[in-house]
Amino acid sequence: MLEIKNLHASADSTEILKGINLSVKPGEVHAIMGPNGSGKSTLAQVIAGREDFEVTQGQIHYLGKDLLEMAPEVRACEGIFLAFQYPVEIPGVGNTYFLRAAVNASRKYRGEPELDAMEFLKLVRAKVKLLKMDETLLKRPVNEGFSGGEKKRNEIFQMAVLSPKLAVLDETDSGLDIDALKTVANGVNVLRSPERAIILVTHYQRLLNYIVPDFVHVLHDGKIVKSGDKSLALELEEKGYSWLQEAVAS
Amino acid sequence: MTEAISTMSNCLKSFEKRLAGLPDQEASWLQALRTKARDRFRATGIPTTRHEEWRFTNLKPLEGVAFTPAGTEAAPPVEIPPFVSEDAHRLTVVNGRFSPEMSHLEGLPEGVVVKSLAAAITENPDEVSAHLGKYATDPDHAFLQLNTALFRDGAFVVVPRGKVVEKPIVLLSIATSGEEPYSAHPRNLIIAGEACQMTVVEAYVGATDSTYFLNPVTEIVLEQAAVVDHYRLQEESSEAFHLGVLQIHQARDSNFADHNLVFGGGISRVDFNAGLHGEGIECTLNGLTLARGSQLVDNHTFIHHAEPHCHSFEVYKTILDESSHGVFNGRILVAQKAQKTDAKQTNQNLLLSGKSTINTKPQLEIFADDVKCTHGATIGQLDANAIFYLRSRGIREEAARSILTRAFASYVLERIKVEALRQHVEDLLCERLPMGELVQGAL
Repeated sequence: MLEIKNLHASADSTEILKGINLSVKPGEVHAIMGPNGSGKSTLAQVIAGREDFEVTQGQIHYLGKDLLEMAPEVRACEGIFLAFQYPVEIPGVGNTYFLRAAVNASRKYRGEPELDAMEFLKLVRAKVKLLKMDETLLKRPVNEGFSGGEKKRNEIFQMAVLSPKLAVLDETDSGLDIDALKTVANGVNVLRSPERAIILVTHYQRLLNYIVPDFVHVLHDGKIVKSGDKSLALELEEKGYSWLQEAVAS
Repeated sequence: MTEAISTMSNCLKSFEKRLAGLPDQEASWLQALRTKARDRFRATGIPTTRHEEWRFTNLKPLEGVAFTPAGTEAAPPVEIPPFVSEDAHRLTVVNGRFSPEMSHLEGLPEGVVVKSLAAAITENPDEVSAHLGKYATDPDHAFLQLNTALFRDGAFVVVPRGKVVEKPIVLLSIATSGEEPYSAHPRNLIIAGEACQMTVVEAYVGATDSTYFLNPVTEIVLEQAAVVDHYRLQEESSEAFHLGVLQIHQARDSNFADHNLVFGGGISRVDFNAGLHGEGIECTLNGLTLARGSQLVDNHTFIHHAEPHCHSFEVYKTILDESSHGVFNGRILVAQKAQKTDAKQTNQNLLLSGKSTINTKPQLEIFADDVKCTHGATIGQLDANAIFYLRSRGIREEAARSILTRAFASYVLERIKVEALRQHVEDLLCERLPMGELVQGAL
């Protein structure tokens, strides 16, 4: 589904990604771990199409198409979803309105008929139930006055409504207490399917107890220095990132 | 200094012609009022950017135009704008003259007066003379004085003590297209009796592309505990000059809220002056301006806390697109005795293009020492993070920008209690935003 080859990206002429290679197939869950500053968030945002980052080298192919040629809204309509590390508050724009605009943008792109208010509400209510969330969320402006945990839950809720093919979760666990973490993890697990691929960007191993990955990659200074299965995460947890840095240096 | 007529601009000349004809065949108190106003206008003339109060608002385009008085013959047929509901109480002036055919004054609640000001001057002279010109008195405001000297008609509204008027009272001013530029000077006087409650909508609409000078002045008096919810919608022609004053005088325990909604005019400037002359007064001023093209919209507000324990709350939002120019001046004067004043002022300005400009100035003059006065102004563009967030959900950039612009306006939109007016303002906003049809009902 996603093929990243030798990806180099910079921000303000500082190179952050220095040659990323990654291959993700449908049904797989990949965890990207690494110390602060390694480029994890940058990778997630570059996949989503954030224009603050300049891709200087390399390619990304998504479902066989050139992803780098696509505007962010096109990538979203093609089925890519980014759960933000810091979800934006948008006072004055209702959650329901926003989600319906997003759903209809994708449907229009695919040539499907748009959902009217009633149909949309039905869809959304089903997802609220599925994720065991609070319906009052729907009546509020996007993320306004939400706690950190509520914002992250809202990201997962949006993901459930938009049903992406490729979900990229950028540090969805940071700043959450255990209960919030469990709710978010549950929300993600419920969406796992053979047609969907998930990339989890995380600093801590803890999340991976609840969302068990198929592959774990460690990012260090803009490159993937080691890949393995879930046991790699446990090893990192035990020995810390510095162990890996030493191993790489030698 | 009074200028010799030969050196006057075309504009001044055209007014001087009419001023020289004063006084008219009117009651002596009115003649005196007009004469005084004429003399004051002659002394001040048309303000230039050298006047502090007009520093950012260049009226040079006004000088070259000669304005004829709006004609006395029956005005061409006009349409009542659709947002004015059929059954609202409605007094209409066309080009500054009362139009009985376009008004709807049947079914007024008992004791409530809504009539032509010219008729009231004849029929209710004591009441009118007790209030007219008693509140809007700034001798240096050229356009206030011009209106006082030259007004022909407008609305006289009285709501008696304790009365609650359920339906909005709409004061509609329509400016039609004319062969030559003309001027009209509607004057409104609204008296809210003790503990009464009313909603007033002043709407100023003009024919597209017509050149005229509309010079409206409204005085509103709130007696003790009166509650007035006031809306001012301005949709003049983009070639028009709209220069006026709204003067509010509040007695103790009264509650006044204004919603100033500006979409039209080539050059527009209204001075909103609120005098809080009693304790326990609430005064709320909300403003929403959307300007584009080369429009200039100037909002000058002045809240005078003359007595203790009053609360004023001002939120002015301005959206400027293309090469438009916005000016905001928010003056608050807290008198020495006005302890426990609570005054808050916020002015937020959204620049949608690289060529639009805003001049914003808070002006706080505080002479009491036990008060809460805060003010803030922001000038900015749409939040890039928010735009990306929306795009990452599949929403096109253009639509994302319009959604966020509409969100910026939502504070003021939400507070419009007259539903038909609120929907109309939302329509006006969405019409002016790219992909605006998508943005309707964004909250």
